[in-house]
Amino acid sequence: MSLVTILEIVPLLGVLGVFILPKTSTTVVKQFAVAVSVIDLVISILMALRFHRGASGMQFVESRNWISTFGIKYAVGVDGIALVLILMTTVLVPIVLVAGWNESENGRWSARVYYALILVLETMMVGVFAATDVFLFYVIFEAMLIPVYFLIGGYGRGERAQAAMKFLLYSLLGGLLMLAAVIGTYVIATNQIGSTFDVTALSGLHIDSATENMLFLGFFVAFAIKAPLWPLHTWLPTAAKSATPATSVLLLGVLDKVGTYGMIRFCITLFPHAAHTFTPAIIVLSLISILYGAFLAIGQRDINGLIAFTSISHFGFITLGIFAMTSQGLTGASLYMVNHGFSTAALFLVAGWMSSRRGSTQIEDFGGLQRVTPVMAWTFFLAGMSALALPGLSSFVSEFLVLVGTFTRYPIAAIIGTTGIVLAALYVLLTVQRSLHGPTAPGNESLVDLNLREKVAIAPVIAILIFFGFFPKPITDVLNPASHQVMTHAGFVDPQPKAGK
Amino acid sequence: MLTAPQLSYSLLAPILIVLGGALIGVLVEAIVKPASRAAIQTAIALGTIVLSFAFLFKVHNQTSKTAAVNSVSFDGVGIFLQGTILILSFIALLYIADTDNFAAQASAVPGSVEERAANQSGKQQTEVFPLTLFSVAGMLLFPIATDLITLFVALEMLSLPLYLMAGLSRRRRLLSQEAALKYFLLGAFSSAFFLFGAAFLYGYSGSISLDGIASAISANSSNDVFLLIGIAFLSVGLLFKIGAVPFHSWTPDVYQGAPTPITGFMAACTKIAAMGATLRIFYVAFGQAQWQWKPIILTIAILTMVVGGVAAIAQRDVKRMLAFSSIAHAGFLLAAVLALNSSGLKGALFYLATYGFTTLGAFGVITLIRDSRGEVTDLNRWVGLGKKSPLTASIFVLFLLSFAGIPLTSGFIAKFSLFTGAYESGNTVVVVVGVLTSAITAFFYLRVVVMLFFTDPKSDSVSVVIPSMMTRIAIGACAIVTVVLGLAPSILLNTAQSFATFIR
Repeated sequence: MSLVTILEIVPLLGVLGVFILPKTSTTVVKQFAVAVSVIDLVISILMALRFHRGASGMQFVESRNWISTFGIKYAVGVDGIALVLILMTTVLVPIVLVAGWNESENGRWSARVYYALILVLETMMVGVFAATDVFLFYVIFEAMLIPVYFLIGGYGRGERAQAAMKFLLYSLLGGLLMLAAVIGTYVIATNQIGSTFDVTALSGLHIDSATENMLFLGFFVAFAIKAPLWPLHTWLPTAAKSATPATSVLLLGVLDKVGTYGMIRFCITLFPHAAHTFTPAIIVLSLISILYGAFLAIGQRDINGLIAFTSISHFGFITLGIFAMTSQGLTGASLYMVNHGFSTAALFLVAGWMSSRRGSTQIEDFGGLQRVTPVMAWTFFLAGMSALALPGLSSFVSEFLVLVGTFTRYPIAAIIGTTGIVLAALYVLLTVQRSLHGPTAPGNESLVDLNLREKVAIAPVIAILIFFGFFPKPITDVLNPASHQVMTHAGFVDPQPKAGK
Repeated sequence: MLTAPQLSYSLLAPILIVLGGALIGVLVEAIVKPASRAAIQTAIALGTIVLSFAFLFKVHNQTSKTAAVNSVSFDGVGIFLQGTILILSFIALLYIADTDNFAAQASAVPGSVEERAANQSGKQQTEVFPLTLFSVAGMLLFPIATDLITLFVALEMLSLPLYLMAGLSRRRRLLSQEAALKYFLLGAFSSAFFLFGAAFLYGYSGSISLDGIASAISANSSNDVFLLIGIAFLSVGLLFKIGAVPFHSWTPDVYQGAPTPITGFMAACTKIAAMGATLRIFYVAFGQAQWQWKPIILTIAILTMVVGGVAAIAQRDVKRMLAFSSIAHAGFLLAAVLALNSSGLKGALFYLATYGFTTLGAFGVITLIRDSRGEVTDLNRWVGLGKKSPLTASIFVLFLLSFAGIPLTSGFIAKFSLFTGAYESGNTVVVVVGVLTSAITAFFYLRVVVMLFFTDPKSDSVSVVIPSMMTRIAIGACAIVTVVLGLAPSILLNTAQSFATFIR
């Protein structure tokens, strides 16, 4: 049994445990859930240590027959990109569980249901990144909507039922279009090489270009809804405003990455020619996302809405990096996914603590927090700096790589993208100024600073942001061979830099 | 001298046993005292189904065209569907056994003194058991019939008892009787269409057997107009039974008015039988003429999906909503008729079986949600049920998710295999419309989830009754099948694949 499978099974066993534990104490359930996620984290670190860095191709592969009639297999394996995303997932889950210690208590259902949903979600998040069978990927891609739906609808705030519904319907629509494309790909495969859903086998198909374009679009639209790309983003701000901080972190930090990850793993790998055809259009959409997200972030009054729109801007960068079709851009984009995961986590968690203390999510209700709650204010500041990609924090490395990777092929796009950084400075600094500095807003005088549990939860995130800001090599070393392989397979050669004049 | 026709009794045994059981049921009505009828009838009906299934299992590998003088043929599809119908009617009978759903005396005028007296005397209208068995016998015959006369006889045999059963509801009897009358009138109308089409097909081919029609089509020597009229009118009769647009208007009224166990039985078993017959007729008889009928069936399939999906959004009654959802599913199933290939057929078989279980399960849950005046089908009063009885609500949600085709439920695999067949045959349009309509249908299924789980209960007297052991077994079995076939569909898919052939 591959380590990946063990990584998937542990949280599922945890779910059983959650329901077996005595009903009397929710604290025990919480501790148990955290313990399970920490075990999973340890296993994933073990996996990372045993990962051969230089090698390209899938590692830790496992393949078993699932639905033999259609040649569907339970097939998993990780390459560099999948590995870092899985690691990000397993790191984030215990963090959000500790950070959102009390989130399960204001829900519609008991705390056990909450932890069961999160643990099921962890299994699926690992599985979706590890799946090398298109059908398996699709099944998890769709099925993971259900736990998120119940997490938003059952434990969220405000208009949570509507937000959950909007999220689910948007995602389902995209998913069903993708289903049509999956079926199409499968039928073509059946005619050419026999029934299979193996992604490597499928990438060798000969598809006529009209069909290839349609199939590409089927996949891409689903992923563009997931990773919200303008104009398919409208579900995200509503969901982010209604979800609990922990759910938001998992939703924006991990689940939305499935969209961008899918673009790499499926759109480009399976349909390289169509990817080439649509590249200009997608780059334009990415640029619009970058600017649109940034402008709307500036105008946001709700702090969760702000984070949601900054994310739309950042997903624009990620998509730009992917479709620049250079290995540098792709490495940058993959790294960006990880960094965005952690910096969004920091933002959402601190914002969650701020608003639960203040009882409001409006930015204008904060003010002068720096004096009242210095630790909380400084963490928020650091998270904000990471969102604007300050050099020395990890997001800078990835944003730089994306822009350099884009510049070698699409200089104008890179230049327009750069203005996104300027706007980022604007929305982050404005928010920091309004909420942290200035006179202490009335009602804020007696707010308490972060307690030990919250400090323990946020410390690793900040540490990761700073550490990989100065020393990104461990991650880029893992990502580079995978990016090269994706690009070579798709038939793209990195442009050689011209000699300087 | 007249020679007696050769009958292969071992193959016909399943049908004959069900008919025999039905006749014994009629005798029981005459002989046994009212007080003990219900128990005896239940035992007879369930025993008959089990016995019939056992005999069917013995012959499940055989094929024959001559079992009854060329008027029925036993082949993979026929036997698979017969087995499915038997299993599903067993489950439906478990609901029907809960006789609280049926009128004490169907002949009493609603609201009359007689009715009240019958209700108080504890009488029961146990004729529903033999009626069910007669109907099941018709359903067993319909998908294997290979000549137009047998088809018609089977169609009537399965329909006539259903017309009666639809009118047997214990509560809201006027609604139930209206539904029965409507079903009967429209059903008679569509039967007439069927017969009219059959006459034209006989005029065209000089034969009443499906093979004869097929060879007349490939010989292409007769008048095409007769063929087209024949196909058109025969299709009307069939499309009426499966509830395709524009012949669907009876569905919501009948689903709503009929006693819920009967609705479940109808929705699951009738659809399977009618779809089975439709598939056989189109694959075996009309396959060669596909360029004539494909555009029409394509249009009907798309209309059926869209109208079913969109109209369901506006429904406030859970039975009407499921009625429109069954219309949408009929549209999906028509994709298999269009596919005309073995993977489409395999998909249809799997789809019919899983859809049957999910449907019966969903209607089973509906029988449990009541207030003092009987079942509550108004969705607005279901609000907050997830809080009152989480288990029942969760099981209902499971069935809805399966209807919506969410992965890890049987409905998803069913949709996938059905659409794969349609795509393989080049019917991309129907696949794309199908997935888009699935998104629409997801909307109203999920709205119910919101009502059950995300809304606070009102102070209302709606409650979930404690189910009888039989109902519990039935709903449990449906839920288990829905989950298991979602996780490990190979169990049934491989069977469906090996059975997906018509003998020609």
